[in-house]
Amino acid sequence: MNPPNTTPGNWTDRLKKNTIRLGYWTLAWVITLALAAFGPKFIWDYATLPGVLALLLNLAAGMGWIFANKKNLSDLDDLQRKIQLEATALSLSVAVVAGLSYELLEDIHLISFQPQISHLVILIAATYAIGLFTGNRRYQ
Amino acid sequence: MKNRLKVLRAERDWTQAQLADALEVSRQTVNAIETGKFDPSLPLAFKIARLFGLTIEAVFQDDVLS
Repeated sequence: MNPPNTTPGNWTDRLKKNTIRLGYWTLAWVITLALAAFGPKFIWDYATLPGVLALLLNLAAGMGWIFANKKNLSDLDDLQRKIQLEATALSLSVAVVAGLSYELLEDIHLISFQPQISHLVILIAATYAIGLFTGNRRYQ
Repeated sequence: MKNRLKVLRAERDWTQAQLADALEVSRQTVNAIETGKFDPSLPLAFKIARLFGLTIEAVFQDDVLS
């Protein structure tokens, strides 16, 4: 029997484009973040105007990344969206619970150093990756 | 929810990949629906029924009723 009536590759091409676009925005955001973080010390000696411009550029790239992510999610199919939702929910829950406990550690003097936001970002990334992995395994 | 997706697909000699292309979903999604691990949304269920020229009830059956 004939294969179903389709326009092969349309949907997969769109997903591929979305992923590439998301990759570019992620890269732009990382580069502008590095510029805003290290520029003051190594390039413009803490001058105000370049600092503000770098920060605005980073915010703009961040907005671009958010919209690219939204577009990517909206083009996923039902199951892929469900997997993403579960992974996001896991990482958000862990971030809130672990983040507040981590902050408390310093407040009640159980640690002597200042809690770093980067530690929380690493935890969020790790739990999100675990969520995606287990989600994909579950529905294989 | 039970479904006859695998049988209907086999009757037409379609592969999971061909069906996934027609429905604009991943092959993983077709497989998850066929094995009962995932229930599709109403729009996707309608799309599946339309593709096979059947009603939704002819493709999907409620576990409680069947």
